[in-house]
Amino acid sequence: MPENKISVSGLDLYYSEFHALKNVNIDIAPNEITAFIGPSGCGKSTLLKSLNRMNDLVEGCRITGTVTLDGVDIYKDMEITYLRKNVGMVFQKPNPFPMSIYDNIAYGPRTHGIRRKSDLDDIVEESLKKASIWNEVSDRLKRSALGLSGGQQQRLCIARALAVKPEVILMDEPTSALDPISTMKIEELCCEIKDSYTIVIVTHNMQQATRISDKTAFFLHGEIVEFDETEKLFSTPSDKRTEDYITGRFG
Amino acid sequence: MTTADSISERKSDSSDFFHKPPSGRTQRFIEKGAEIIFLLCALISIAAVVIICVYIFAGGIPAIAEIGLFDFLGGQRWKPYNEPAEYGIFPMILGSLYVTGGAVAVGVPVGLLTAIFMARFCPAPLYKILKPMINLLAGIPSIVYGLFGMIVIVPIVRTLAGGDGNCIFTAALLLGMMILPTIIGLSETAIRSVPESYYEGAVALGATHERAVATVVFPAAKSGILAGVILGIGRAVGETMAVIMVAGNQARMPKGLFAGVRTLTANIVTEMGDAGGLHYDALVATAVVLFGFILLLNLCFSVLTNKKPKEGKSK
Amino acid sequence: MTMTGFRFDMKTYKKHPLSFLFMLLAWLAAALTAAVFIAVVGYVLIKGIPQLKPSLFAWNYTTDNVSMMPAIITTIEMVGISLLIAAPLGICCSVYLTEYAKRGNKIVKAVRLTAETLQGIPSIVYGLFGMLCFVTSLKWGYSLLAGCFTVSIMILPLIMRSTEEALKSVPDSYREGSYGLGAGKLRTVFKIVIPSAGNGILAGIILAIGRIIGETAALMYTAGTVAQLPENVFMSGRTLSIHMYQLSREGLHTDDAAATAVILLITVFALNGLAEYIAKKLDKNKL
Repeated sequence: MPENKISVSGLDLYYSEFHALKNVNIDIAPNEITAFIGPSGCGKSTLLKSLNRMNDLVEGCRITGTVTLDGVDIYKDMEITYLRKNVGMVFQKPNPFPMSIYDNIAYGPRTHGIRRKSDLDDIVEESLKKASIWNEVSDRLKRSALGLSGGQQQRLCIARALAVKPEVILMDEPTSALDPISTMKIEELCCEIKDSYTIVIVTHNMQQATRISDKTAFFLHGEIVEFDETEKLFSTPSDKRTEDYITGRFG
Repeated sequence: MTTADSISERKSDSSDFFHKPPSGRTQRFIEKGAEIIFLLCALISIAAVVIICVYIFAGGIPAIAEIGLFDFLGGQRWKPYNEPAEYGIFPMILGSLYVTGGAVAVGVPVGLLTAIFMARFCPAPLYKILKPMINLLAGIPSIVYGLFGMIVIVPIVRTLAGGDGNCIFTAALLLGMMILPTIIGLSETAIRSVPESYYEGAVALGATHERAVATVVFPAAKSGILAGVILGIGRAVGETMAVIMVAGNQARMPKGLFAGVRTLTANIVTEMGDAGGLHYDALVATAVVLFGFILLLNLCFSVLTNKKPKEGKSK
Repeated sequence: MTMTGFRFDMKTYKKHPLSFLFMLLAWLAAALTAAVFIAVVGYVLIKGIPQLKPSLFAWNYTTDNVSMMPAIITTIEMVGISLLIAAPLGICCSVYLTEYAKRGNKIVKAVRLTAETLQGIPSIVYGLFGMLCFVTSLKWGYSLLAGCFTVSIMILPLIMRSTEEALKSVPDSYREGSYGLGAGKLRTVFKIVIPSAGNGILAGIILAIGRIIGETAALMYTAGTVAQLPENVFMSGRTLSIHMYQLSREGLHTDDAAATAVILLITVFALNGLAEYIAKKLDKNKL
């Protein structure tokens, strides 16, 4: 088994003419939380999205280089739906579907061919429990998910991602639209589940990165400036630009 | 492919729920098939226009050729039952133009002022009543307008102006009423989409509310308003049922505001039922002329409406 | 939303008589518009409601009792079959335009242009086309089916446009969420996008129903004017609007025509109200 869960090498990404990612190389270790930080527009979300090929949805997007999951090239040798099942995603704004809480969670498993009611019930309960929202919603699974608060919606989305039993979870600034208490809950959640998943999180909140992540990558202008243990990156950054950014001189 | 399969095998040990992912080829095949079906549906509207054009033109143009283009368009006598028959639709072209012109004269001023009122003057509680009214006005079937014209407007015109009341004036008035909701709807939207800063700029210079609306906001919305007017004209030219119920339908040169008239549309409906041979084809040819008018108006409309997004993009 | 900046202030108006005049004209025009509505609806109701007799809803049409019941049933059949044809086509077409076609696609432009053209074609031209194509070429004769196909083409652009708007208003985050879970395009469209746009699509379909019910010119020479209930789709039958036209034309039955008009008006208004209600619910549901 390869040592790294995800391995990116020589990745270049263009949006039409715009060169969004320049020769990116990064290895993401299993069962750790890896944080991507950097100023807006530095390419951190773009890289995250290319890890489960969400960039395919963007018109005019071209990618060269390789991204592998467990050693398999995700752009050449892997079915896209299979990739996305294994590499789940949580978005910046909570995006529950306009259906019941139950159906939201069951949507993914159903997509992948699970039809038995009892199986679905189990998955729904298990996923909601893992996302520590079961206690809040167990008595109203049939109600619309749109009636939940923003923080609950985001945890529901995490539960929805967990329901397809992914190995990797990508989080794109999952707490940027939430209040501090909801943010805290989601951070705790990340730490709880990291033993069974590999988590990659984009954040522009540096405290969040230090609180939850094991490794951190600092992005600037489409390049990875520095990638190291979180503790080391924030205490003794080796690059001047990293230091400027984490000490708040720009960004 | 093989590597992906090996992953899925390994995966299935740990997960008892998930079977092997559907084979990529089957899924891709279904997705591609669906896309093609959707594409075919999308092409239906193109096909419909083409088929309609083919049928109408194929039916009408030979007739025009047989009658002679000039005799057909310029002929002042429509006598299909005479021996030899005469097929000049000039009276009907004039009829359609007069009636539509009248409808514009009635409907456009009232419609535009109402649109201005709705966008800029109407108190909120009144708006809640007026807006649904205008929407419903658009939904009233033309046959109901026709009945209203027949039992209300015709007798009034008969009393006031003499004659039998079925005339250009009545038809124009009724059509003017019918095109109101079209004009109001589009114009109101156009007026509302003018940036508030235009209005504020004018008021800040000391203009009254009315002056700001009339001299700055209204002109700024003119392409949208014009589009609304053109759509209204299209509706008036194409209107059939209401017109035949109040216009008199005499196939002769229009003799004045209070004399009967026949429009292109009325010509088709009134004689279609019992026409045969060249007469039938001449009626289809009438539709060709009508279709020509409509295509021309559509062209104006799409030029006007497509101009707007371009302006937006250029910034 | 309304009344931006308007305040009635006599002092200002004294200084600016033209402004005063303009304000008066705007009010007057709005009053006229309202008057048109009240006159048409009011007159039809006043004239028609007293004429509504139970005998007008008898199962059979005879020359003595011009019952509208066969016409009502024919209308419902016509609406049903036409929607069966036009709704799937219209919805699939919009799905292609919004979900599949790439921006700047030539096909999209052509579809939009032709849809606009279809919307502008007068109903009598549709009627004539239906007669030439379905009645004569395909030898269906005056029949329910010929009428259905004719109005189906007529309402196609209506359904397309409302569906397209509804699909466009579905937030992209729903689509991303679905793709992110490994769903394919087809599943995303049918399970997420179309259900989310359901109300908007429904509102458009209801408006299309109103259009079919009110249609006359396109049906006279396709579905024909036979007053009895057609036994199958290849027989001629008259919808309510045609029934009304025939009654008003014969001159003897103007009262019955007015009674029919009442039923038509009420139906169309109810459908409009329903569409509006559904569309409003849609706005509330939005995040």
